[in-house]
Amino acid sequence: MATGIKDKVAIIGMGCSKFGERWDMGAEELIVEAFVECLEDAKIEKNDIQAAWFGSCIAEVNVGSTAMPLARSLRLPHIPVTRVENACATGTEAFRGACYAVASGAYDIVLAQGQEKLKDTGYGGLPAGGGGTKADMISPNTTAPGNFAQLASAYRARYGYSRDELKLALANISWKSHQNGAINPKAHLRKPIAIETILNAPMIADPLGLFDCCGVSDGSACAIVTTPEIAKDLGHKKLLTVKALAIAVSNGYESAFNEWKGDHFVTADKAADMAYAEAGIKNPREEISMMEVHDCFSITELVTMEDLKISARGEAVKDINDGFYNLDGGGVPCQPDGGLKCFGHPIGASGLRMLYEMYLQLHGRAGERQIENPIYGLTHNLGGSPRDNVCSVAIIGQYR
Amino acid sequence: MVGIVSYGGYIPRLRLNRMAVLKSMGWFAPNLAGSAQGERSMCNWDEDSLTMAVAASQDCLAGLDKSKIDAVYLASTTMPFSDRDNAGILKAALNLKDDLSTGDFATSLKSGTSAMIAALDSVKGGNKKQILISASDNRRSKSASVQEMWFGDGASSLLVGDDNVIAEFLDSYSESHDFVDHYRGQNTKFDYNWEERWIRDEGYSKIYPHVIQGLLDKTDMSMDLGVNPDQVVSNMHEETGECGTAHPFVMLTRELEKAQPGDKLLVAGYGQGADALLFEVTENIKNLPGRNGISGNLARKKVEDTYTKWLQFNELIETEMGARAEVSNRTSVSILWRYRKLILGFVGGRCKECGTPQIPSERICVNPSCGAIDSQEDYEFADKPAKILTFTADNLAASLAPPAIYGMIQFDDGGRMMMDFTDCMPDDVEVGVPIKPSFRKKYYDQDRGFTGYFWKAVPQPAPEQ
Repeated sequence: MATGIKDKVAIIGMGCSKFGERWDMGAEELIVEAFVECLEDAKIEKNDIQAAWFGSCIAEVNVGSTAMPLARSLRLPHIPVTRVENACATGTEAFRGACYAVASGAYDIVLAQGQEKLKDTGYGGLPAGGGGTKADMISPNTTAPGNFAQLASAYRARYGYSRDELKLALANISWKSHQNGAINPKAHLRKPIAIETILNAPMIADPLGLFDCCGVSDGSACAIVTTPEIAKDLGHKKLLTVKALAIAVSNGYESAFNEWKGDHFVTADKAADMAYAEAGIKNPREEISMMEVHDCFSITELVTMEDLKISARGEAVKDINDGFYNLDGGGVPCQPDGGLKCFGHPIGASGLRMLYEMYLQLHGRAGERQIENPIYGLTHNLGGSPRDNVCSVAIIGQYR
Repeated sequence: MVGIVSYGGYIPRLRLNRMAVLKSMGWFAPNLAGSAQGERSMCNWDEDSLTMAVAASQDCLAGLDKSKIDAVYLASTTMPFSDRDNAGILKAALNLKDDLSTGDFATSLKSGTSAMIAALDSVKGGNKKQILISASDNRRSKSASVQEMWFGDGASSLLVGDDNVIAEFLDSYSESHDFVDHYRGQNTKFDYNWEERWIRDEGYSKIYPHVIQGLLDKTDMSMDLGVNPDQVVSNMHEETGECGTAHPFVMLTRELEKAQPGDKLLVAGYGQGADALLFEVTENIKNLPGRNGISGNLARKKVEDTYTKWLQFNELIETEMGARAEVSNRTSVSILWRYRKLILGFVGGRCKECGTPQIPSERICVNPSCGAIDSQEDYEFADKPAKILTFTADNLAASLAPPAIYGMIQFDDGGRMMMDFTDCMPDDVEVGVPIKPSFRKKYYDQDRGFTGYFWKAVPQPAPEQ
C-alpha cells in the first residue's frame, strides 16, 4: 500500500540566482550562483551530495542534452546525475526525482537543480515548435501566448463574462504580481505598473496584452533534500518537509475528445486533488497559506485558482477583483515573489524557484514580502498548452 | 452516353482591386489604366494551384460516390512540383482509392482542354468509367505588368463518365502550332511576351476561328462566329481575370450552372494551337444537387485594396519576417508517407467499439470510457460540419499575414483539432462560428523547394435566417 511522500523528505537548503536578462552569465555560471547559496544554507559540503537531478528544457538553445552540464559546472565528483525534462514543469520534475531518491532510501543527501538560459536566441518569447516531427506537419502555427489566450475565449463563453470584465480581472492579476516583484531584489521585473498601462498595452495574442505575459528570463534554482532524521543530525532546527508531490499528464483527451470545454486545465484539477489527498488537506481555501502558481499568462493564473479549488468555478474573477490573492488581501496570497510574471521564467528553473519562495516564507526569511505564520505553501508548475500539458502540484510545510 | 457528369469551381476569396495597382504603380506604368477595371482573383498566401484544384474537386464531387473514379488528371502551368505527381497529391487530398491512374497535363494554357479530350476519349473507348479532371493556375507576373492586371487565379473541376451525364460530349477538334506568343523557360518565374498586336492578328484571331470552324465542320453544326455576341459568354475580366489553364473550365462551369437541357456548349482552349469541344446539355442536369460552382465563389469575396499585400504574397517584395521565422521546415517524407491519409486527406478514425470519431487517430481509442486497441476505421473529416470552440489572434507568431488566427475546432458528430484558421479576419471568429476544413499550403521550404500542405479551418459567415 503506497503511503505517499508526506514528511519523508526534508528540504535543508535552497538557492536561487537572480533572474532576468543575464547578459553577464551563461548557463554554467548561473548554476554556480544558485548552488553556492544553497550549499551554504544546507550546512553540508559538496562531497556530501550523493546524487543529483538536473532539469533543463529547451536543449537546442540552452546547454544541450544529458546531465553533464550540471556535473561539469559544479565539478561534482562523478556521482549519479540524471537530466529530466517535462516542458515548463521541468524544475518540479527535478525536485520530484531527488525527493523520491531520498524517500526510497537509495541516497541520504540529494541535489535538485533547474536551469535555463533563454536570452541567447536573439529574439523575444520562446522558440517555436517542439511537438515532434509528425506534430510539426499538422500542428498550427502557434505560440505560447496564443495557446493560452484561447482559455479566455472559452472561459468567457462558459461563464458569460464580457471581454472587458475578463480583461480587468486579468489586469488585476498582473498588477498584483508587479507590486510583489517590485519588492523582491531577485526578481526580473521590478516596477509597479498601473492598471491602465496593463489594459492599454500592445496586443500579443488576443486578449492577452504585453503585461499579461510573463518574462522570458535566464536563471537557476536548486534544493538539497534529505530525510528529517538526517536533517536534525546536521543541526537543522526548524524543519520543512515535503507534504505532496503530484503530477498529471494530458493523454489526448483534451485535444481530441469532445468533452473538455477549453476553459480550464484537466491536469491541474486532477493534480490538485492528488496533492491535497497526499498532504491530508481537506479545505484548501482555508488551509493553504500561500501559493506560487504557473502564471505564464494572466489567464492561466485565473483559471488555475479554480482548478486548485481555492476559488469556486466561475468565481475567480470576483476573488481576484476583491484582492483575495494579494499579499495584503487577507486571503491566500498568490505569487508573493512576483511569479513567473515578474520574478521571471527560466523554464527549467521555475518549479524550483517557486519552492524557493515558499521555503523562504516558511522560514520567515522573505523580508518585505513576508506572510504571517504560513503553514503550507503550494506550488503549481505547468508545461505545454491548455490542451496538452504536464501539470505538477507540490506542497511543502512545517514538519510536525 | 459519354460526357460531363458533374462540375465544381473555386475562385480565391481575395480579389485585388485593379485600381489599387494603378494607384501604386500608375506613375511608372500609366498604360495600366487601360485594364484597371474591376478586380482580379488572387490566391491567399497559403493557396496555390494544387490547393485550388482540391477545393474545386471537392465541390465537383460533393454528394457523389468517389469510389467510381478511375483516373485523376490535373492541368496547370503552375504545378507546385516539377517532379512529383501533382495529380497524385490531388488524389491523396481527396482521399480517393489507390487503384486508379493519375496524370499531370502541363506546360500549355490549353492543357486543361487537352486533358478533357484525353479523358473523354478514354471513357468513350470503354477503358475507364469516370475520370476527374481539374484545371488550376496561379501564374506569377512582374509588378506593374499588363499580365498582373489581366491574370486571375482560379480552378475548376469536371467529372466525365458514361453514366448520369449532364452534358453529352458530341465531338472535339484540335490543332497544334508552335506559335510562341509567350513562354516561360524552365528556370524563370515569369512569362516572356511578344508584341500584343502580332499575337492578336497572327495568333488568336487566326488559330481560334480555324479550330472552332474545324469542330463545327466535323459535327455538321453552324455558328456565325463573331457576329452574334450573345452567344459568347463573358471573359470574366472584371470578376476574376484570365485564369490560365483553368479559364475554359471556369467559364464552362459558370455556364453549366445555368444551362438548360438541349443547350449546346462549345468550349475551347488556346495555347500553341487550340482545342475545341462541343457538348449538349441533357435532362439529367436537373438532378445534379446544387454546388458552389463558380458563381458561389464569386459571391464569396473580399476586395483587397492593399497592393503591397499582393506584392508580399507573390514574393515581389522582401519583408522582414523576424528571427522567429528562421525555423527549419525540413519535411520527413517517410512520416508524410506513413501518415499520408491524415496529412493530405484529413482522414482520422472512428472507433468500431464506441463510435467516437477522432483525429489524429491513434492505436488506442481516445474515449476515456472506451480505450479499445486497434479499433479505428478510416473516417473522413474534410466534409464534416464543425464549429469554433476556442480561438485567438496571435501577433507573435511569424506569419505572412498577421495576426495568425487559430484555435480548437470541434466537429458536430465528434472529433476536434487545434487548427490554423485562414481566409478570415479577427472579427470573423467567435466561439460557435461554423468552419469548413480547407486544404492549404502549410509552409514553403525555401532551402529545399518543398511545399508542405495540411488542412486549415475557414470560418463561414453565419447562415442567413
